Amino acid sequence: MTLTLNHYLFVSGLLFAIGLGGVMLRRNIIIIFMCLELMLNAANLSLVAFSRFNLVDGLPNYNAQVLVFFIITVAAAEVAVGLAIIVALFRARQTTHVEDINSLKF
Amino acid sequence: MEARFPWFILLAPLVSAVLIQLFLRKSRGTSAALSVLTVALTLVASIFVFIGHDGTSEVPWLDFRPAFYVPMGVTIDPLSKVMLLVVTGIGTLVHIYSLVYMKEDESEARFFGNLSLFMFSMLGIVLANNFAMMFVFWELVGVSSYLLIGHWFTRDSAAKAANKAFLANRIGDFGFMLGILMVWTASGSVVFSEIKNVLPTLSMPAGFITVASLLIFCGAVGKSAQFPLHVWLPDAMEGPTPVSALIHAATMVAAGVYMLARVSFFIQLSATALDVIAWVGIFTAILAALMATQQDDIKRILAYSTLSQLGYMVSAIGLAAPGAAMFHLFTHAFFKALLFLGAGAIIYAMHHEQDIWKMGGLSRKMKWTFLTFTAGYLALIGTWGFSGHFSKDVILLAAWQQNKGVFLFGVITAFLTAFYMTRLMVVTFFGSTRSEAADHAHDGPVTMTAPLMVLAVLSVCAGWAHFAGPALGGEFSEAIEAIEKGPGEWVVFVLTGLALLGGVGSGFILYSGRAKDPILIPLFKNKFYIDEIYAALIAGTQDLLATLARYLDQWLIDGALVRGLSGLAWGTGFVLRFLQFGNLQGYAFLFGLGVVATIYLLVFR
Repeated sequence: MTLTLNHYLFVSGLLFAIGLGGVMLRRNIIIIFMCLELMLNAANLSLVAFSRFNLVDGLPNYNAQVLVFFIITVAAAEVAVGLAIIVALFRARQTTHVEDINSLKF
Repeated sequence: MEARFPWFILLAPLVSAVLIQLFLRKSRGTSAALSVLTVALTLVASIFVFIGHDGTSEVPWLDFRPAFYVPMGVTIDPLSKVMLLVVTGIGTLVHIYSLVYMKEDESEARFFGNLSLFMFSMLGIVLANNFAMMFVFWELVGVSSYLLIGHWFTRDSAAKAANKAFLANRIGDFGFMLGILMVWTASGSVVFSEIKNVLPTLSMPAGFITVASLLIFCGAVGKSAQFPLHVWLPDAMEGPTPVSALIHAATMVAAGVYMLARVSFFIQLSATALDVIAWVGIFTAILAALMATQQDDIKRILAYSTLSQLGYMVSAIGLAAPGAAMFHLFTHAFFKALLFLGAGAIIYAMHHEQDIWKMGGLSRKMKWTFLTFTAGYLALIGTWGFSGHFSKDVILLAAWQQNKGVFLFGVITAFLTAFYMTRLMVVTFFGSTRSEAADHAHDGPVTMTAPLMVLAVLSVCAGWAHFAGPALGGEFSEAIEAIEKGPGEWVVFVLTGLALLGGVGSGFILYSGRAKDPILIPLFKNKFYIDEIYAALIAGTQDLLATLARYLDQWLIDGALVRGLSGLAWGTGFVLRFLQFGNLQGYAFLFGLGVVATIYLLVFR
């Protein structure tokens, strides 16, 4: 059995769905954060897959792979900021539970 | 050289006023001396002008030819000549008299400064050769009158009286301005002589002339205190008595009559306007005379008498006899100034007591004042041989010849005049003294009695033909002679004589030996409740407008606009804040839904 684009896209969609499900359902903010990363990487996977299967003159379309590097870079920066916020939040509230962090609601 | 005299007369009082107001407010003696000196010089200059030639001299003021052109000009003609003499002559006497009367006043300098300002404005009206300039000085007279009525402004009644005078004048002045603009539009000029010249060539509808004349007459109604704007003059007696004599008896209130005489060539084109003016005048005369019969304040009685006499003059204008009006203005200025100054001398001697019922027996205490006052009294009621008789008879004769209704009212007014003046004389000067102050009253110093004597002589002889004739100048004396040659002279003479005798007789019988008023007519005492009616009318209108404005403010502006807008913003926010339910995953879910919807719309539609 050869791996086709659809297999990759299926895995990517699965990863995205798992990530989304985690963001929707989990209450621990660190888990939610990790699920967000999962969703980003799902997107990365589909980009790489598209790149690999969309040949131009016998070569992959590297535009997509360059975009993936950008996403990884941004994700790294985002992790740095996001984790810092979470640490600050924890120091202030002694909790990482999102249901306890709702003081902006009416 | 001669042409400069009018300009000197006009500007000298201004210089004096400015000097006093700017530099001499602290030095009472100097300012008084300066003011008196200035007015005396203007009197001398006026005499020179009087014996000199007629003429006009003008400088451009608003020069936008050919669009429009308004000069500042002085006119010397018989009309302004006689008025100059009256204003500066009586002005001089009043200034001298004020030296004593205002001696103890702390703000004497301010008083004399304002008096000079008044002289400037009044002489401006007299000399003006065009409507625009006259209007400017007309307003200046209003201002200086306001300042002088309110001289003792710390007294509430004086401040209110000053306001009342100014406001009543403004109402009239507004009409005056509209009238000026109408004449200006029609004739293209504001200069009296030019208007007169182009008038025959203009074709104006009769209604236009009538309306313009009546609007101009509005100015006179305000300034000369005719019904229905007469209410300010009696209250103006709150001012110092010399002011009452100069401004509110002899000069300023005569400005309206003077102005009407100036423009009579225009007014006489409209018979309707003439009728209205004649009736307003005579109605004011009789109304004021009725009010005067029940007043107790010596100055107020004289004020109502002034109103009444002004009514005669205005009525004479309406009878197309400006000569008669000017004649009466001329004689009235002397005897009414005399009466006011006499009243001032009494008030001064009585330590500022003005109630005639607190006086009595003053003929023995104040001999000179009594004698001079009597001369004024006899002139005012029109005793044969005294000035008032001649001028009033000319007006009544003109009325007899043209309008019997006006004549009838005029005779009744003459009767009332004799009656209330006799009442004043009897109560003030005869009988027993009725107060401590009256016991110790005595004549003032010579600076006070001298002007009285001069005015007394003038009051007696100002009406004699060989005195008044040259004073009024050819045109007017001829007009007066023409009236006198007309029919009805004996009828008028007999009827006014009877009115005079009846008035004096009934006055003596009713009032001699009384210690309080034997008759009480509240309607007259309360001035026909006109002040109250005005107050109610104005208060009512104001209340109505205020209520309306309040509802508008409360419901439209505050309610609909301010609260409505803020309520809208608040309500929107209130609805939207329920979206902030505080569940992070909920937000994420909504966000996800949004993304899905966006993708659906972008890709699949």
